[in-house]
Formats: sequence, structure tokens, C-alpha cells
Amino acid sequence: MTAVSELEAAYTKYRQDPDFVKEFEQDLRDYVGRPSAMYRCARMSEEYGAEIWFKREDLNHTGAHKINNAIGQALLAKRLGKTRIIAETGAGQHGVATATVAARLGLECVIYMGAEDVVRQMPNVYRMKLLGATVVPVESGTRTLKDALNEAMRDWVTNVDNTFYIIGTAAGMHPYPQMVRDFQSVIGREARAQLLEKTGRLPDAVVACVGGGSNAIGIFHAFLNDASVALYGVEAGGDGVETGRHAAPLTAGRPGVLHGNRTYLMEDQNGQIIGTHSVSAGLDYPGVGPEHSWLKDLGRVSYDAITDAEAMSAFHDVIRLEGIIPALESSHAVAYAKKLAPQLGRDKILLVNLSGRGDKDINTVAKLEGIAL
Amino acid sequence: MSRIAALFDRARASGRKLLVPYITAGDPLARHTVPLMHHLVAGGADMLELGVPFSDPMADGSVIASAHERALAQGVSLRDVLAMVQEFRTQNSHTPVILMGYQNPIEVMGIDPFAAAAAQAGVDGVLTVDLPPEEADISAPTLRAAGLDPIFLLAPTTPPERVKTVAELASGFVYYVSLKGVTGAGHLDTDALAARLAMVRTVCGLPVGVGFGIRDAATAVATAANADAVIIGSALVSLLATIDSSDAEQLTRTAQGFMQDIRNALDRAFPAA
Ligand SMILES: Cc1ncc(COP(=O)(O)O)c(C=O)c1O
Repeated sequence: MTAVSELEAAYTKYRQDPDFVKEFEQDLRDYVGRPSAMYRCARMSEEYGAEIWFKREDLNHTGAHKINNAIGQALLAKRLGKTRIIAETGAGQHGVATATVAARLGLECVIYMGAEDVVRQMPNVYRMKLLGATVVPVESGTRTLKDALNEAMRDWVTNVDNTFYIIGTAAGMHPYPQMVRDFQSVIGREARAQLLEKTGRLPDAVVACVGGGSNAIGIFHAFLNDASVALYGVEAGGDGVETGRHAAPLTAGRPGVLHGNRTYLMEDQNGQIIGTHSVSAGLDYPGVGPEHSWLKDLGRVSYDAITDAEAMSAFHDVIRLEGIIPALESSHAVAYAKKLAPQLGRDKILLVNLSGRGDKDINTVAKLEGIAL
Repeated sequence: MSRIAALFDRARASGRKLLVPYITAGDPLARHTVPLMHHLVAGGADMLELGVPFSDPMADGSVIASAHERALAQGVSLRDVLAMVQEFRTQNSHTPVILMGYQNPIEVMGIDPFAAAAAQAGVDGVLTVDLPPEEADISAPTLRAAGLDPIFLLAPTTPPERVKTVAELASGFVYYVSLKGVTGAGHLDTDALAARLAMVRTVCGLPVGVGFGIRDAATAVATAANADAVIIGSALVSLLATIDSSDAEQLTRTAQGFMQDIRNALDRAFPAA
């Protein structure tokens, strides 16, 4: 596809360009608020049984790691002279991040969001609208993230002359997975340096949730060559992987081709992509970035799934023990840390990527718990 | 020579403009597909393009995407589509049939078993819309070895180098997408089309079918001036979607009539020698 070749050429050029890199780093510092904090969870460490540290991506402007990538791609859009930005979103975090950078750069912004997610993530829908974006509910297919991606692709190929498509996760066709990883890898670079500075050593394990895989690849990347650091990617187990109602392609899927890349997918015996289920809209994607598939096959990263119920329980742990309302996506990583901690032991450092804050999820949680707001 | 190549050769010799309708297999109901194919031929179709339903038809607009959903609601699979072609072939051995679909269902079957099964069913060409030519270095030769023509899309934005790649891999014809976007998109600029097709023809010697954006007899005639074949999809699929799916008679009559109008207009505008 020509749109993709144009993007690839631009990215190859600008990723090396000192002015581009400087502007990106400056925006991360002055607009996003980076470096994000590295926080030792004293009470959670006590209760879980290992040294638990959070990389606080929830403290970023707009409340999640998504903004790192949105800024990088928007700067690219500006250099390409595009006047219109489109994006897909699941939880709405990437949509909010994109609407935010579009507002800041004075670009038109259209966000595609599965109709089901529009209902689940009302606060974020309103935030995007406040930021001047048009939010298009996508009624096709399963009415979730993958269908929003399909719709954004359709828009992009139709309006490629003036439109830049900011994909929100490390998936999709080349060069997106690599580009998104590069923009998110600041998470791991900072985390590695911060932990070394604060503790004098590397973590024993790093845990991140995996939807399309951007926050996970972002924190893993700096540790890939550190053989002593075990890496864990946590998928959405929904009602339990054995029920089939989940969003865990690495744990329970098969390799296939979707959205222009070969990766693990949730598919039926005829190669149709099947509907996913997760309490967290941001993890509700039937595929995963191709680099995670590679890391799985290589054995460098272990992937496992956490159920809705386990994630909900971890969500409350983080609030009760640390006074932080985490995103439901990030709560999956915390739930896995809870299982891993006793196996590691008290003196071991377990770094969790707290990819986002949970303000967007309070309606979902209240509803699940039968509370009328 | 493949059935497709022979068809284009005959058409070039006689000056006939080829008419190629698209329907999604299984839409509106699986039992209608083979009768629809026969009636499209009776209405003047020279070749048939059959969409293979996929859960994520991202290169298709809302009209054809909805057709995929209707077919999938009945569980229509790639194997079912091959069975439909096989059934069609029991009464028609001359009209080429090409499959238009997405990569993953073929992946799951495996390219070798798929190529063998498709050839055996009587398929003539395969267009995998989400397989870029740069990644078709295994599948295209596999299809050709099985006697199938690999078909590729060219778009207004396709640079000459890529047209060259396609020219090396493709056989039968190339499918020129007459505008940017997905199937079913609006406008059509025939002057720009003429200029682009001139470029394509200097790089690629294959016949050219033009699709996306052709709605009726008038747009078909305007497009055919520069093309060997005109391909009509969304207009036909959306017309059929207005008909009660339980009324098989009305469906097939409408499809045939729609074809016949365009056939007549093409033949009037481009009388065969
Ligand atoms: C807070 C948060 N974490 C994680 C994700 C999952 O995406 P990814 O796997 O790309 O990090 C999302 C997606 O919306 C999110 O909002």
C-alpha cells in the first residue's frame, strides 16, 4: 500500500533526524511530564511478598503511556504536511491522547471507536469531544477495537492525501509495530536507569499487560539483552482462557495474518477472527504486535493470562494499599505480579508497568459492582 | 492458456468490453449464490468475481462489509465457497471465476492445499486483497503452478516500481482500482483514469480490469473506454440487499436485469467487430 510506503520512508528519515528527536524529547519532558516516576510500593511489597515497583505511566498527561506514541506520530504527521489525523481507540486512552496532540497542533481529528466501547468508556468519549475530535462509533463486526481499526484503515486509504493514521499500539502493518515500539521504548530506558539509580541493580522480573502490546514492548525493550531479567506479558483472560471468552492470542491463539502482519490471533478453524472478551476495553483485541509473537517463539518473554475477576481484585489492591486508581488494563499486570511475587521472594525486585490510571474505568467498575453513580 | 487469458484475448480480438460482476459468496443467503452466478452470466457477465467472506474486510466499504457479515452469520467458509464454484461448474465450464478475499482463511487452509482445492473446484484466479505483491513471492508462483491466475490490485497511488513487481507476479489481468479508497467509494474521474492507465500499460502488458466506483451503465461505458474489463461490485451488492432475501426469483431476476442493462450499453458503445 502506497500510504504505508510513504510513512515508512518518512519514518526512516526522521527517526535519525536530530531536530525531530530533539522536538520529541522536549515534548515528552515539557508536555507529557517525563520522566514518569519510579515508585516503590511499600505496602503492596509487604502484602504480595516481593519488592514491587511501579513505573508510573499513569502520571503522564492524559493518563496513560499512549501519549508517548501519539506525540511521536503527530510530529511525523506535521512534518509530512498532513492536516487531518485519524486513530482507532479501544479504551479511549489512545483516542484521548491523539485528540490531545491534534488539538495542540491544530489538526483536524477523527477517532474511530467500536460502538460497544463507546458505551463502556463514556468519560473518554466526552473527553475526546471536548478536545475537538469527532468520535465515530463503529457498528460493524464485533463493534470493538479491531473493527475500529478496520474503519480507520478504510478512512486512511480513502483520504491518504491529507490524512495521517496514528495507530495506537505496536500492531498493524510495517512500519507501525517498529515505530510505536521506538516511541514507547522511552518507558524501559527510563525505568532501567531509575531502578539502577534507586536500588543499584536491575529488576528480577518485569511485568506488563498486553493488548496490542505497546506498553509491554515499550518497557521490555531496554531489558531484552539483560539475561537476568525475566519478562512477563499479561493478556486478558476474560472469563478464563478455558471458556473461550478472552482476549489472549499469545496464550491461546494461533499464528495468522490480520491488519497487515503475521502474528498470533484468535481465530476459528476457518480463519475468521473471533470476538474477544475482556472487562478492559484496551485489551480487547484479537491480535498482538508481531514482535511479541517473535519474543514468545524465541522464549525471551513469557506470556500468560489474567481473568477479569483477578484483575478486578488487583484493581482494588492497588487502591487500598497504594492510594492509586489503576487502569483495568494495568490491573492485569498487577494481578500477575501478585501471583509471581511469592515465587520470587521478598528480596527480589518485581517491576510492574502501571500503564495508565483508572479514572476512565470508574463507570465500568461501579456497574460491575452494582453501584449507581 | 488460462480461461482468463483466453477470454481477454478473444475480447481484444473482437473489441468486446468485458463485464465482471462481484458478489459476496453466501450473500444474502448461501443457497442463492450459485443461481445468482448463472443469472449474472445470462445477463451478459463474462467473468465472475466471488467474494470470500472474512470477519475483517478492511479493504471493503460498508456495502460489501455488510455482505460479508450476512454470509458469516450463516457460517460460510472458504471451503463452502469452493463448493459453490464446483457446483457452478457442473453447468458452466466457460465463464472464468475469480475469488476475491483476505489472506487469513487461505493461511489456515495452507497455500498448497488451497491452490489444489481451488483449481480442482474450477476457480480461475485469486485476488488476496491484503497480500501486498512484495509478500506474494511464494503464493503467486504456487497459484500459477496450480493453473490459477494471481490477480493484484493497482491503485492511483501505486508507483511504477510496484506496478513492475505486480507485472512480474500476476497473470490473467491486473485489477486497477479506479479511485483511492475502499470498495463502494463515490466519484470517478475518467480523465485521470486514462492518464494513469497509460502509465500502467507501459509497465505491465497484461489486460486491465477497472473496478471500484462503477455504478451503472453510464459509468461502465465511461470507464470501459480505457479498460479491457469493467468490474461492478458495490452497486450490485447494494441493489440485491434491497430485495427480500427469501424471494429467490426476484433476486436472480434483478441481478440478471442489472447486468443486461450494462451489457447492452457496453455493446452499443463498443460494437464488437
Ligand atoms: C492504560 C492502558 N494500558 C494498556 C493498554 C493496552 O494497549 P497496549 O497493549 O498497546 O499497551 C491500553 C489500551 O487502551 C491502555 O489504555
